[in-house]
Amino acid sequence: MSAPLMVFFVLAAMAILGAFSLIIQRHPIHSALSLIVVMIALAGLYLLMGAEFVAAVQIIVYGGAIMVLFVFVIMLLNAGVEERTNFSKLASFAGLPLTIALMGFLAAAVARSADRVQTYQTGTVAPTKALANLLFQDFVYPFELTSFLILIAILGAIVLAQREKI
Amino acid sequence: MSDFLAEHADILISLVKIALLLFIVLTVNAYLTWFERKVVAHIQSRWGPHRVGPHGLLQPLADGAKFLLKEDPTPAGVDKFTYFLAPLMALALALTSIAIIPFGPDPIRILGHDIYLGIVDLNIGILALFAITALSVYGVALAGWSSNSKYPLLGGLRSSAQMVSYELALTMSVVGVLLMAGSFSLRDIITAQARHPELGILGWNIFPQILGFLCFFIAAVAETNRVPFDLPEAESELVAGFHTEYASFKFAMFFIAEYTSMITVSCLCSIMFFGGWLSPFPASWTFTHYLPSVILIPFGLWVIWDGIRYETIFGRILLPGLGMVIAVLGALLIAFPAVNEFIQGPFWLLSKIFVFLFVYVWMRGTLPRFRYDQLMSFGWKLLLPVSLANVVFTASAILLWRSR
Repeated sequence: MSAPLMVFFVLAAMAILGAFSLIIQRHPIHSALSLIVVMIALAGLYLLMGAEFVAAVQIIVYGGAIMVLFVFVIMLLNAGVEERTNFSKLASFAGLPLTIALMGFLAAAVARSADRVQTYQTGTVAPTKALANLLFQDFVYPFELTSFLILIAILGAIVLAQREKI
Repeated sequence: MSDFLAEHADILISLVKIALLLFIVLTVNAYLTWFERKVVAHIQSRWGPHRVGPHGLLQPLADGAKFLLKEDPTPAGVDKFTYFLAPLMALALALTSIAIIPFGPDPIRILGHDIYLGIVDLNIGILALFAITALSVYGVALAGWSSNSKYPLLGGLRSSAQMVSYELALTMSVVGVLLMAGSFSLRDIITAQARHPELGILGWNIFPQILGFLCFFIAAVAETNRVPFDLPEAESELVAGFHTEYASFKFAMFFIAEYTSMITVSCLCSIMFFGGWLSPFPASWTFTHYLPSVILIPFGLWVIWDGIRYETIFGRILLPGLGMVIAVLGALLIAFPAVNEFIQGPFWLLSKIFVFLFVYVWMRGTLPRFRYDQLMSFGWKLLLPVSLANVVFTASAILLWRSR
């Protein structure tokens, strides 16, 4: 087994275990920490594909900024341990079969497309320059529109938060 | 066995380099605490540590022994896993960030392998550093939360709010430098400042990027939770802030993490804005290459002269011995010109780092702490707009320059 493949399996296991732990942890902070593990494992996978810029941004934006806000809000609300409730009736009946069906569907799709997926050379997936060209030349208008959308959302959040004063 | 060694030489070299750098960084950390206490003491007209060893030079050893031997109680009601994870995370992330710093331009050849000073040279160097900084907030925030006590919780909350706010200015202030260098690699950023070797100090990024530097340094001080931004551990309001409930070595881990990130920030400031390992003099002034000796020899002689009059016998032996070593090192540099050439890069980088560390300590000795609302309005209403303006300035200047 080659070294990149080994690293891939370690990172993939980290991501899956983190996602699993995110669901079964009973304390919100522990769930948030598990989610950070998933984010970092994903960043490692991007790095393995040679997309260094995307990997770094994944950690900075998701692992850093967004998850810090999650943790911050959980700390601020002082959320305690969650209580286990009975599962919903639908989930207890259909949950397991549907999960197995989804897994089988995905596995079949992956297995069928195996010969058509080209293997990527490291460093060719998303070099910083190519990414910048895509964002700021080819797709500059959609990109700017998305930025405006986010800006409007931020303004909306501020307006809602300051409603009492106005 | 030797086949195996030859095949995996780069892994072995990296391991040795990591161990060596770890040792150096931890030693420097220990003496940084001594240096800080001494300088702050002199700023406040005191003597500082003076009992353990001559001039308190063995104080760091005593402190280390104390940290290791103290009882380490775990308070009741803490969230065990997170409580243990937080100091580990803080220390590990702080130490990792040092690995990305390059310490010298030229490799050493040992046994046929070119060994560069510095552990890795990433082509996303500065981004990787920001990624590590982005994660390092968890150390403080989780420590505050998991302690199950009100003061640490307040400290942790303050810290996460402060770090999220100042990270924006920190990242934005560097964009100017990145635009000028056209690369994320720290090595490329330094070589970009050496485009005109005859300019010397005038070619450094500090002159076109003075706004960027000011924003970066202020935001970086805030990110490292140092005075005047040390609200997470404000002792007059929060006892000791986020590490109130930590004792013994877990407390020391937070301490080491803080000092290590001070060193990282000093490295970054000197690399990005002050030319890294470049000499401030024009390249043709080769006589300036004797500067390390010119500094080391008189300093060594002064330590000898000071040591022979020291009041304790131990000091009268240790200090002259130390001075002798320093002076002989300086003399050896003159005797071996090749070594002297090699030492130029690291010498300048380390001098600049030292100056920045001194500025850190100097600020701690002189500045009062920010109030929380001042901190927030300073970060959002001043630092962020100024660093954004700097990005626009730099980008338009580069466009004008290149189109002509």
